[in-house]
Amino acid sequence: MGNLRSVQKAFEKVGCEAIISNDIDVIKAASKIVLPGVGSFADGMKNLNELGLIDILDEAVIKNKKPFLGVCLGMQLISKKSYENGETKGLGWIDAEVVKFDFNSLEKNLKIPHVGWNNTHFKNDNVLFNGVSDESDFYFVHSYYFKGYEDVVSSTTNYGFDFVSSIHKNNIFAFQFHPEKSQAAGLKIIENFVKLKSDG
Amino acid sequence: MLKHRIIPCVQLKDWQLVKSIGFETFRTIGHPTSTARIYNARNVDELIVLDIDASINGEEINTEIISDIADECYMPLTIGGGITRIEDIYTILNAGADKVAINTIALKNCDFIKEASDIFGSQCIICSIDVKKINNEYKVFNKQHGVQEVDLISLAKKYEAYGAGEILLTSVDREGSQKGYDLDLIDMLKGELTIPIIINGGMGKPYDAVEAIEHGADAIAAAYIFHFSRNTPDDIKKELASKNIAVRL
Repeated sequence: MGNLRSVQKAFEKVGCEAIISNDIDVIKAASKIVLPGVGSFADGMKNLNELGLIDILDEAVIKNKKPFLGVCLGMQLISKKSYENGETKGLGWIDAEVVKFDFNSLEKNLKIPHVGWNNTHFKNDNVLFNGVSDESDFYFVHSYYFKGYEDVVSSTTNYGFDFVSSIHKNNIFAFQFHPEKSQAAGLKIIENFVKLKSDG
Repeated sequence: MLKHRIIPCVQLKDWQLVKSIGFETFRTIGHPTSTARIYNARNVDELIVLDIDASINGEEINTEIISDIADECYMPLTIGGGITRIEDIYTILNAGADKVAINTIALKNCDFIKEASDIFGSQCIICSIDVKKINNEYKVFNKQHGVQEVDLISLAKKYEAYGAGEILLTSVDREGSQKGYDLDLIDMLKGELTIPIIINGGMGKPYDAVEAIEHGADAIAAAYIFHFSRNTPDDIKKELASKNIAVRL
């Protein structure tokens, strides 16, 4: 599922050991869970399914409330379902759907994927945004966006319209952009996540 | 608002980063790790490194250097050169790159783009097209196989249809020339694609970037200007910002 190494490297940069693993015991023993990922939604769910990780993630994040960080596809996967190449069921932690950008109704047809640096408008006091300025630029690369039906939005970003660029619900934090590729502002978010207390 | 990206695009040759001029002569830029570190410190939007030894000389992709470069980059890193198999993409991503640029394999076999973008996502696959002007006509050019008898616009559209996430469009004639971007080339592709176009080759002064974006380029790649002039990526961005073009400062 794309580049795990750059996410791991960002954790190392802020002084935290992150283990790349699909081993059930390692995930069970972790104090925090990160689900990164680029690639397609269906492949992501298929991999989680085949590796037997869906129940393990449910237990760690929903039951045991371990801090969870979803990045890019990792954010999309926690939705109910995605319409990327057909319909695929997600982890379903947040009442949301993942749909493709569609700019046909706009005068100016924007390019897809939405790729590059875009500013992000913070919606609430998300603890992970401590020390990060509102409207900071982050690196995005995605063609689908997270259409949420719950009040969990922690930031929005404008690309044709305001879409949800991050969410926060209890112990669940997820970002459509790539904090690990967003220089100082992104590393600060990761540092804030590392500093969260882990109850799990 | 989405920002226009300014992307240093350098080449890897004999364990050094170099800048080519018209794909023929090379000037050394510096050591890969220290150069990447400087780019990271200068807060560049992205970095593209093309491995010439792998692409032209058919050598193994130099994962050791890629990994050293990636370790310095907290911005997106694209690696290209010598990719012929899906395994190569795994290797490059595992070394720490975020995207790959493919050229020869895409020309030979469009299905490769489809296969790669199905596995890694189209955002990961940049298709690189090199263009040379011959008898006043834009021709698709390949470093190994020379001039290609394929229409440029159809090729770019085909790449998009097969799942390319971005097009890196290089003018071989302008590359390293400092004569400015080939604006006619940008005009040709304007409005033809729904994926972003990164124009490469020719930036000699910050205003060249303004013209390229006004003509329709989504992002700007350059190298010569950053290494052999006093201009930094920030100078380019300031020039763009002064013309009300959105950049990340």
